[in-house]
Amino acid sequence: MSNEIAPQSSNDTDVTDSLDEQAIALATAKAELKAEYKELAIQGLWKNNPGLVQLLGLCPLLAVTSTVTNALGLGLATLLVLVCSNVTVSAIRHWVPKEIRIPIFVLIIAAFVTCVQLLMNAFTYGIYQSLGIFLPLIVTNCAIIGRAEAYASKNPIKQSAFDGLMMGLGFAIILLLLGAIREILGQGTLFDGANLLFGEWASVLRIEVMQLDSQFLLAILPPGAFIAMGILIALKNAIDNHISAKKVVDTEKVIERVRVNFDS
Amino acid sequence: MAFWIASSPHNHNHTKTPNLMRLVIYATLPGVLAQWYFFGWGNLIHIGLAMATALVCEFTVLSLRKKPISHELFDGSALLTALLIGICLPALAPWWISVIGTMFAIVIVKQLYGGLGHNPFNPAMAGYVMLLVSFPLQMTLWQPPLTLVAVDLNFSNTLTTILTGFTVEGYSVEQIRTSIDGITMATPLDTLKTNTGLGLTVFESIENPVFGNNFALGWEWINAGFLLGGIFLIFKKAIAWQTPVSFLLSLFICSFISYSLSPDSSASTMFHWFSGATMLGAFFILTDPVTGATSNKGRIIVGLLAGLLVYLIRTAGGYPDGVAFAILLCNMSAPLIDQYTRPRTYGHLKGDK
Repeated sequence: MSNEIAPQSSNDTDVTDSLDEQAIALATAKAELKAEYKELAIQGLWKNNPGLVQLLGLCPLLAVTSTVTNALGLGLATLLVLVCSNVTVSAIRHWVPKEIRIPIFVLIIAAFVTCVQLLMNAFTYGIYQSLGIFLPLIVTNCAIIGRAEAYASKNPIKQSAFDGLMMGLGFAIILLLLGAIREILGQGTLFDGANLLFGEWASVLRIEVMQLDSQFLLAILPPGAFIAMGILIALKNAIDNHISAKKVVDTEKVIERVRVNFDS
Repeated sequence: MAFWIASSPHNHNHTKTPNLMRLVIYATLPGVLAQWYFFGWGNLIHIGLAMATALVCEFTVLSLRKKPISHELFDGSALLTALLIGICLPALAPWWISVIGTMFAIVIVKQLYGGLGHNPFNPAMAGYVMLLVSFPLQMTLWQPPLTLVAVDLNFSNTLTTILTGFTVEGYSVEQIRTSIDGITMATPLDTLKTNTGLGLTVFESIENPVFGNNFALGWEWINAGFLLGGIFLIFKKAIAWQTPVSFLLSLFICSFISYSLSPDSSASTMFHWFSGATMLGAFFILTDPVTGATSNKGRIIVGLLAGLLVYLIRTAGGYPDGVAFAILLCNMSAPLIDQYTRPRTYGHLKGDK
C-alpha cells in the first residue's frame, strides 16, 4: 500500500501534469468523436447519400414515391430498420464469425423488417396496403446491408446508431423529395392520403398546390420516377461542381514561368 | 508545287443538315395540305404552337449547355420534330398537349442525351408516346373529317377550341365529335377495333361514315400525300428506299395473310396502308438517320420488324394505332441490328474479322 501512495505524494506536480494530460486527451477524444459524428452526418445526408450517390435501394425508391405519404411511410420504415439493424450488428460484431456474417446480417434485418411490417399492418393499415410488396422488400434494400457491412460491423454501437440514423434520414429525404415532385406534377396535391399514415386528423394536411384538369400520368408511372431521379442526381452533381469550382478560385495558385532552354 | 493529299471519300455531295431538314419539311407539305383540307385548321395551329415551343426550348437548353446557338438552333431538326408532333396530334387537343409534348421531345429525349446525332430515340415519336401514355383522354379526342362535323369549324372556332375547349358558339369538343345520330365518332382504326371487339364483322364496320367510300375518309388522302412526299425524298436521295419499302411490304404481307385467312375479322391490306400514320411513319420517321439502322441490310430488317410490330399492335394491342410504339421499339433494337449486319469490308472475306 505504502508503495503505491508514496510516489503520488512525493511529486504533486506530476499528478497535476498527468491530470492535465488526461483532460487534454479526453478533450481531444471528445473533439475527435464530435468530428466523427459530423463526418457521419455529412456522409449520410449529402456526400454519400444512399439515394443520390450510392444509388442503393432504387427499386422501392422509384416504385413507391408516387405520393409524399407513401414516400414518408417507406422512409420511416427504412429509417427504423436501418437504425435497429446497425445497433444489433454493431453489438454482436465481436461474436460473428467472419465467414458467415452476411447471412447473419440478412437474418437480423429480416427480423426487424418483419417487426416493422407487423406494426404497420396493425396501426397504419392503409399505408401498409399501398406500400404492398415494397414493405417486406426492405430486407433486400442494399442500403441497409451495405451500412451493416461497411460501418456497423466495425464500429461501436453509438456511432453505428448515429450512422444508421443519418443514412436513413438521407434516404428518407430523397424519397420525400421525389414523392413531392411526382405528386405535384402528377395530381397537383401534397400529402394526399396522409390520414392513412397518421390517422384521421391528418386529412387536413392535404394541400391543393394546383388544380389539374387531368392527371399527368407520366409523373405517377415509374418512367417519371426515373426521369425525376435523374434530374435530382444531375442537380446534386451541379451543386457539387459549383462548390468545388468556387474552392479552386479561392486557392488559385501562382503560376511560375519555367524557362526551357533547347540549346543546351 | 505541293499536291494536296487527302484520303477517301473524294466525292462529297455537300449536303448540310439544314438543307436536308428543309427538304424533309417541304416533303411533308402534300400530307399537311391534305390534313388541312379534310380536318381543318387544328393541326396547323398545333404545328405552329409546337414549333414556337421547340425553338424556345432549344434556345434555352443550348444556352445552358454553352453551345453555338445560331448554328444549332436553325439547323431545322427542332422544327422538323415540332412539325411531326403537330401532324400526329388530334386536331382538337388542348394547346398544352403540343407544348408539353414538344418540351419533352426537345429537352429530355433530344438535348439531355447530347443533342442532334446522339439521341437513341426519335424525339417526335417519344414525345408523342409520352403524351399518349400520360393523357389518354385528350390524346383520343380525334376530330372526324369536316364533312361529317355539324359545327362549322373555321379558323377562329378551331383556335378557341384548342385554347379554351369550346368553340365561339360554345360547343364543346365532345359535341363536335358527336354525329347527327348522337354517336361519338372516332378514327377508322379506332372504330374498327371497337367494333371487332363487339363482335361485328369488318363489312358491317365499314358502313360507318368515317370509313368513306374507299378505306378511311380523309385519312387515305393524307397518307397518299405523305406517300407522294416520301417518293420525292427517295428521288432526292434524302432517305434510303430500303426502310419504307420493307416496312410497307412487311405490313402488306402480315395483313394479307390474316385477310385471306379470315376476311370477316381483319381489315384489308390497303386499309392498313392508307389509314392511321402508316405512310408518315414509313417515309418520315422510320427513316430518321440518327435513330435508324445504318447498313442497307440493317435498314431492311428494321423495316420488316416495324411492319410486323405495327400490325401486331393494331390488331392485338391495346391502342388503335401502333406506328409510334413500333418505331420506338425499332429504335431500341437498331444498334443491335447494326452490330450483326456490318457490311463486308472491300478486300476481306466473309466472316473474316
